[in-house]
Amino acid sequence: MRRVAITGIGVLSGIGSTREEFWNSLRAGRPGFAPITLTDCSQIRFRNGAEVRGFRATDHFGERQTDFMDRFAQFAVVAAREAVQDSGIQWSDALRETTAIVTGSCVGGQTSEDAGYVELYRVGRGRVHPLTIPRIMANAGASHISMDLHISGPTFTISTACASAAHAIGQAFGMVRSGASEMAIAGGSEAPFAFGMLKAWEAMRVVSADTCRPFAYERNGMILGEGAAMLVLEPLEAALARGAHIYAEMSGIGMSSDASHLTQPSPLGAARAMRAALADGGLSPEQIGYINAHGTATQANDAAEASAIRLVFGERTSQLPVSSTKSMHGHTLGAAGALEAAATALALDRGWLPPTANFATRDPECDLDVIPNAAREVQADAALSNSFAFGGLNAVLAFRARRG
Amino acid sequence: MSDDLIQRVLKTIAEAQRLPLEQVTLDSTFEALGIDSMDGVNILFALENEFDISIPDEAARGIRTVKEMAEGVDKMVAARVSN
Repeated sequence: MRRVAITGIGVLSGIGSTREEFWNSLRAGRPGFAPITLTDCSQIRFRNGAEVRGFRATDHFGERQTDFMDRFAQFAVVAAREAVQDSGIQWSDALRETTAIVTGSCVGGQTSEDAGYVELYRVGRGRVHPLTIPRIMANAGASHISMDLHISGPTFTISTACASAAHAIGQAFGMVRSGASEMAIAGGSEAPFAFGMLKAWEAMRVVSADTCRPFAYERNGMILGEGAAMLVLEPLEAALARGAHIYAEMSGIGMSSDASHLTQPSPLGAARAMRAALADGGLSPEQIGYINAHGTATQANDAAEASAIRLVFGERTSQLPVSSTKSMHGHTLGAAGALEAAATALALDRGWLPPTANFATRDPECDLDVIPNAAREVQADAALSNSFAFGGLNAVLAFRARRG
Repeated sequence: MSDDLIQRVLKTIAEAQRLPLEQVTLDSTFEALGIDSMDGVNILFALENEFDISIPDEAARGIRTVKEMAEGVDKMVAARVSN
């Protein structure tokens, strides 16, 4: 089994359209929430979202190319280009053929799907755009990355709701670790701001009417976000040999299913995933100096996640910094695990822990050190990133710092 | 609250939860009926359709019994009529 390094990161988010903008916002504890502009929210109970501001597809793609791409696929390619450029990799034909691309997406090309239904049911036209299917398919992000970067190795997409990208990164990690792939581009992308999708979230009553306050007593739901993040993973030895910058080592993945309820999270399932990630990464609970929480700011998730962390870390829990960066970039669904893996790797690289923004009052049901509102200058040795999906499917990623 | 409104609330809850109507009474707690948070959201949806009302998230939060739910619906129906 080989050790695996993260050598490239690309991010497109509501708090920054590049990796460094994203990090600067996390470091400053600055949320990216504003009234949603991509669709009319006057008939929806919530208004705010974390949109990627100023994104113009034609800044990145030719017009002919954009015809074939939903917004979520455009995000995937832009983030992958940044990650690959950041890694400084020199491509050979052999490397292109053994590099894997694994992406996560929960809802696929919602903008295109919604537009098709408007044509059919509201406008009353008898036909939809012929590219509707290739735009909405959840694997479109992975396919477009492959075509754009001429990478022809194993390429696929995982859809496990809000854990999609974490499962995707975990699979890519496993392929690089085992030797099945010499390199991987892994992450997730999502663009859920379509009217029908937002009505469905409204009906579920888990979206806040004002802001996202993870782990706080005042928490009243998530704020939806869009964006993408991609990581470049390669064997540690290869990264060292070519003198690449290593953000962090990826050291483990832990997965579990609650096998209990479709939407009510189970602390036991989450705790099993965290323990599995520690075991897979050869880490003891004492080595973990930071957890990037799933932290959606729903009543149910945050209390269950706090219980799960206590099950795994016991009395050390009160000294263990935990933050939810969803308080800034929002809940990006199938991309969330990737944005949060990027945030965790950057935290280990930069020696700062991002905060939980918008935090007001402590909730005894979420008895954690949530790094309230201000980033903390701490060099953690190792960290976890939690993703717990609707459907009870959990994925936890484990990372080790390279510096310190 | 009118008897008619109470009966419609009980029936809506029973149907949404797929329970025999006689099991759902004004004194039932959600816990006793096995209604969890997602079931609660389903019931709110059914009540919104039944009474043609829109129940805000804040109003729905913290409701734990059939009586509280019926009282909430009663207020909203009254507000709709007076508008």
